[in-house]
Amino acid sequence: MLTYTLRRIAGLVPTLFILVTLSFFIIRLSPGGPFDQQQALPPEIRANLDAAYGFDRPLLEQYGRYLADVSQGELGPSLRYKDFTVNELIARGLPLSLTIGLAAALLAFFVGVPLGAYAAWRAHSVSDHAIMGFSTLGVVLPGFVVGPLLALLFGIYWPIFRVGGYEPGVVSFLVLPVITLALPVSAYVARLMRNSLEEVLRANYIRTARAKGLSSREIFLRHALRPALVPVISYLGPAVAFVVTGSLVVESVFGLPGSGRFLVQGAVDRDYPMVMGMILVYGVLTLLCNLIADLLYAWLDPRVRLT
Amino acid sequence: MKRGMNKGTRIALIVLALLAMLALLAPWITPYSHEYIDWQHQAAPPQLEGAHWLGTDRLGRDLFARSMQALRVSLMIGVLATLVSVCIGVAWGATAGYLGGRVDAVMMRFVDIVYALPYIFIVIILSTLFERGSIAALFIAIGAVGWLTMARIVRGQTLGLRHREFVDAAIASGVRTPQILARHIVPNVASAVVAYATLAIPQMILYESFLSFLGLGVQEPFASLGSLINEGAQEMESSPWMLLVPATLLTVLLLAFNLLGDGLRARAEGER
Repeated sequence: MLTYTLRRIAGLVPTLFILVTLSFFIIRLSPGGPFDQQQALPPEIRANLDAAYGFDRPLLEQYGRYLADVSQGELGPSLRYKDFTVNELIARGLPLSLTIGLAAALLAFFVGVPLGAYAAWRAHSVSDHAIMGFSTLGVVLPGFVVGPLLALLFGIYWPIFRVGGYEPGVVSFLVLPVITLALPVSAYVARLMRNSLEEVLRANYIRTARAKGLSSREIFLRHALRPALVPVISYLGPAVAFVVTGSLVVESVFGLPGSGRFLVQGAVDRDYPMVMGMILVYGVLTLLCNLIADLLYAWLDPRVRLT
Repeated sequence: MKRGMNKGTRIALIVLALLAMLALLAPWITPYSHEYIDWQHQAAPPQLEGAHWLGTDRLGRDLFARSMQALRVSLMIGVLATLVSVCIGVAWGATAGYLGGRVDAVMMRFVDIVYALPYIFIVIILSTLFERGSIAALFIAIGAVGWLTMARIVRGQTLGLRHREFVDAAIASGVRTPQILARHIVPNVASAVVAYATLAIPQMILYESFLSFLGLGVQEPFASLGSLINEGAQEMESSPWMLLVPATLLTVLLLAFNLLGDGLRARAEGER
């Protein structure tokens, strides 16, 4: 298990390196620059700005410097928000993004697992079809459709939650974003749970348990639930990753001051350090979530470690 | 085509055909273009008897004309981006699976690494590469990310094919490798490719709408379902139809493509 863990952690390094390299060169190759404005800057000022941020150097040298900075955790100054480093800006927005993301992931699993289990238990019944229909819809609908619709329904027509903006500490602002984010994940979890439990329920040992005269409740809790949860748990990592990146959408729909907006704004403004920083932070988060899920899976199923 | 198609799949196919026809014929159905501004009817609600069936937006542009134009963009980008990703994915997967060994290991390792990255980011970065609003650039950027799943599927199928008799026969009679790939491998993976390509289309449509929602995709005066939803969301308090029309359209479109893809996939898996 230890060797496997170490090998997986070592495997992250080339992935991260490729991520940084790819995004660095692509974003630099894109037309336009951070100092392009309505009014063209005088050439001397432009040259000074470029020199101050090191943009007058050859691209490869800038790349080398960036790698050196990043390896020490320095993401550089923001070009758009003067006097702020990218580290400060991301650190300001990230807690809110993570709160929403984690709450959504928790909600998704606590709703999805029971729904899926119920559907499998009553397989091919009306409620099974209803739950699976809901699940198809939930998987298909993107957050930027669900979000505004929820805001319209529960923020305006039937105003039980507050929408549009955020005041620190007011949970009411976060309810609809979290539901929007949790919906596709819970729908997918429900489907996974239903299919795996349905298969487990057809296994021989379940028949044996029935023959022994165990009650349905006991069969479910003691024999069926645990093996059925394995595929659901292996989805945990991708789900958390999805939710963390998905907060990007939800933040822009509900106008929340998380860190997601920095990515898009940075891409539009050509704020190179900002885009790179966001990609790195979110990339590392995604990779870590996947790693944790893989480790959990390997721990549950020893066969995985050998391959 | 009819064999083994269930009711859901058939309905999805009909809905898609209707939507595509409506989108293509819209310029002859409505007298308004997507950019014509009707100064007398700004933010007018939907009226079946009136001039603007689905209402107008804040500037007075006909919402039916605009959503149909957006639908054309969505369908076009969905199909073209899928084509791009199918071409790359099939070539990549068939080569890796057929050659095997170290080439396979390196090629699939690359796929694994890119797979681990959040695709939305790659799409966002790639979309900055081009002039804003260039639709051709948009589908290339989106298609360039979407080929990974296709490569994996095709590779898996190719692994099962490469030791079959007809491949051995082709090798024995001296056919060169590219020819074997094109003549003997690719046609045999076609049904799986079609099924997954159908499932890829809604993904591509989703990426495009998402980029346009964020303001990075299709630019004014052209509309995308994503940008219409974004505009509608800002006006939803006073004029909810501006949100509901594009949102419904996108939902139906995605749902139909997914149902169709699921049906085709079930069929392709049944064949094996």
